[in-house]
Parts: sequence; structure tokens; C-alpha cells
Amino acid sequence: MSETRKIAVMVNGKRREATVPVRVTLADFLRHELRLTGTHLGCEHGVCGACTILLDGQSARSCLMLAVQADGCEVTTVEGLASDPKTLHPLQQAFHDHHGLQCGFCTPGILMTLIELLRDNPNPTEDDIRVGISGNLCRCTGYQNIVVAALDAAKRLRTAGSA
Amino acid sequence: MKPPLFSYHDPRTTADVVALLGRLENAKLLAGGQSLMPMLNMRYVLPDHLIDLNRVDALRYIRGTDGAIEMGAMTAQRDIEFSDVVRKRRPLMHEAIAQVGHRQTRNRGTLGGSLCHLDPAAELVAVAAALDAKVSIAGKNGARTIDFAAFPIAYMTPALEPDELLTGVTFPCWRPGHGFAFVEFSRRHGDFAIVSAAALIEEDPDGNLTRASLTLGGMGPAPVRAHGVERALIGDKPEEKHLREICESLRALEAVDDIHAPASYRRQLATVLSRRALLKAHERVAVTRPS
Repeated sequence: MSETRKIAVMVNGKRREATVPVRVTLADFLRHELRLTGTHLGCEHGVCGACTILLDGQSARSCLMLAVQADGCEVTTVEGLASDPKTLHPLQQAFHDHHGLQCGFCTPGILMTLIELLRDNPNPTEDDIRVGISGNLCRCTGYQNIVVAALDAAKRLRTAGSA
Repeated sequence: MKPPLFSYHDPRTTADVVALLGRLENAKLLAGGQSLMPMLNMRYVLPDHLIDLNRVDALRYIRGTDGAIEMGAMTAQRDIEFSDVVRKRRPLMHEAIAQVGHRQTRNRGTLGGSLCHLDPAAELVAVAAALDAKVSIAGKNGARTIDFAAFPIAYMTPALEPDELLTGVTFPCWRPGHGFAFVEFSRRHGDFAIVSAAALIEEDPDGNLTRASLTLGGMGPAPVRAHGVERALIGDKPEEKHLREICESLRALEAVDDIHAPASYRRQLATVLSRRALLKAHERVAVTRPS
């Protein structure tokens, strides 16, 4: 018999309560219980970075956490980036404009990683970005357009911030 | 790729952890989860009980004392990376931590988790050996402190009894202005090193070496202190040609053969990376030496 626990997590600004088996990972909780399937699962052992989310504002691999560990925490997923369903976040828009994605499987994880990076370092160098996304694997783009999009997004966010 | 069934415990104090360890059979401690969670997902480990340390707040601290820096076992690698006291007084650790995994893993991964997992090529394990760290352990028979040198007892096996946990680590200080360098060779940024070299040196005002520490990670089941090289360096000026000769002796070290590299390649890396680390450490002493 699987042990369960009641948890309450703020997900993208909304309080979500659920009773979950203790062995369920945060990634599976987000995808299966909350139906937030924007968070992708590639390797499920902490190598590919596709499942990256923000936990209390810090990037983390949701396949390497249990849902019970997020009890009382704030979680932000890719669904929480855009302010409304019709507008893309400036970072998402930059990815769209620069072909920063092809199949799109790694994109949610890369976006969440970059959200934290650009928040902590609004004026990154190309090198900062390459090191920053070194924990996210992309098998399509060769990373070039991801880096271009990230640099452009940094510029857009700086301009938006100073406007 | 899902964790097996287990009972979950999230105690709030070290005493509660010790009590649980004493009571539960086949229990496993969960720190940052950056190694244990993959092992659970792949079912390499099948614990009946998982004891999560993340809510034991008393295990997460960085304190600078007179002659040392003390850190709690649950101090996040992120906290070490952004700590002013570590950057100023433990520059070797500051340099090494940036090479531990990635931002996403350092946000969750902990000092104690890394030291207890004891991957032979882990950066923090090499740093603990290089700095002659002391580890504090709690168990049902009370607390004890041992040298980090005695902590690894076999491949990925720390000197902990089944009912004990690592609570903190003390890193003794080197003189302000000492030279330091952590260099490693890995195929990609953030990977475990194939071989790493950590060097610390102190020099007198004439540039003669008065104290040295050289540690190699990734060679065998635990980091190796190159005591022979350390002794041979004392009293000399660390010039490149001289370092090259002394580091040649490292070819005699034992090294593992595995899928990542043959033993001979590791020995070659040990000699080259040691020379580079010592040279870089020496250059940094020169920068900070009063003129």
C-alpha cells in the first residue's frame, strides 16, 4: 500500500492542494496531478534539464525532487511565464523570433534556467549563457540560436526594465 | 524510472534524525537528492524508509571562526558559491564549486550529500582532502569528529555507522594571501572530473615554499594527497622546470581504468594538472605578496 501525504504548493501563483503518494516526483505531480504538461521529462535522472522549474525562485530539476518536498513552497513552471494566454514572455518571444527551438522538447527547461540567469545577471556575456545552459541538453539546435535568443531577450528585458 | 515504494520521514532536528536511524531498518538519508534521487529513479537503491534532511534547519550554516570555516552538512552548494566568507578565506573552495554540476544542481545539492556520496571524482571531496577538513558525526552514542582523511573507507563508502549521520565539516584556514588553484579535466563543463588537482601553497617573502598541499581526485576510490610532492617542494622556489620534474613522480600513482579513461591517461593527467595547479597557485601568491 502506497503511503500518501497531503501537500499544499503555490504553483504559478495559485494554491494547489492534493494528496500524493510520497514517492511521486515533483515533475510527475505537476504533469499528472495538475496537468501542467509544459514541464517535460527527458532522462528522469537529472542529466537533460528538460524538467527544470523554479522552486522558491531558484532553478531545480523537478525529476530529482519529491512532490512532498515542495509542500509549502512556490513553484513556477513554463506555464507561469506569460502574463496572459495570448502574449509571450519577452524571453519566449525572443526564442520565437530567433528560431531558438526546433522540436521544442528541451525549451521549457531552457527557458526556466534562463529566467533565473537573466534575473540574477541582466547583462550576461555569451560565455555566461553557454555556461548557464550547460545543464540543459538540446539535440536539435546546436545551441547557437538559443544563445542568440537569450542575449536578445536580455537586451529586451533590460529595455523593458528601464522604460 | 520512478522511485520504489518507501515510507517518508521529514524530521526537524538532528536528534530526531538519530532517533529515526536507530529505530528504522533499511533507512536512507536524503540530502539534496542530486545523486540519491537518480539512484531511486533507476532503482539502484531500494530503501524501506527515506529520511529527508531538508527540514533540519540547524544543519544549514556557514560560520567563519578564528582559524577555520564551519559548515553544516545540509549547506547548499549554492550557499557556498555565493558566500563572501568562502570567497575571501576559502578561495580554493570558491574556485572548485563553480565546477560542481550546474546551477540547477547546485541550488539543491549539498556539501554533506556530496561528501557522503563520495564520488571519487567529486570536486568537494577533493577540496575536503586538500584542506585537511574535519567531519562531525552524530549517532546514538553521541557526537564524534574525525579527520576527513579517515572518512572514505572504500569506494563510495564513508566511515559512518548505519545509525549515524554527518552533521558538519570544519575547514581549517590557510594564511591570508596563500596561493590556491583547482584545475580539472572533464569532457564537458559540469561533468565529474576525469582527474582533478587541488593545490595550496604558502611562501616566505623570498618566494621559497613553506607549506604545500596537493590533492588528486579521480585517480582511485578516494582523493589522493601527494605527500611526496608536498615534501619535495618545501624550501624551493616553485619554478616551472622544477615543478615539471617533481610532478613526474606522480606517474607512479595507482589509477583506475574505466570507460572514461585508461589508467595511463589518468597518470598523464595527474602530472600535467598538478604542475598547472601548483604553478597557478604560485602565481596567485605572487600577486598577494606584500612588496
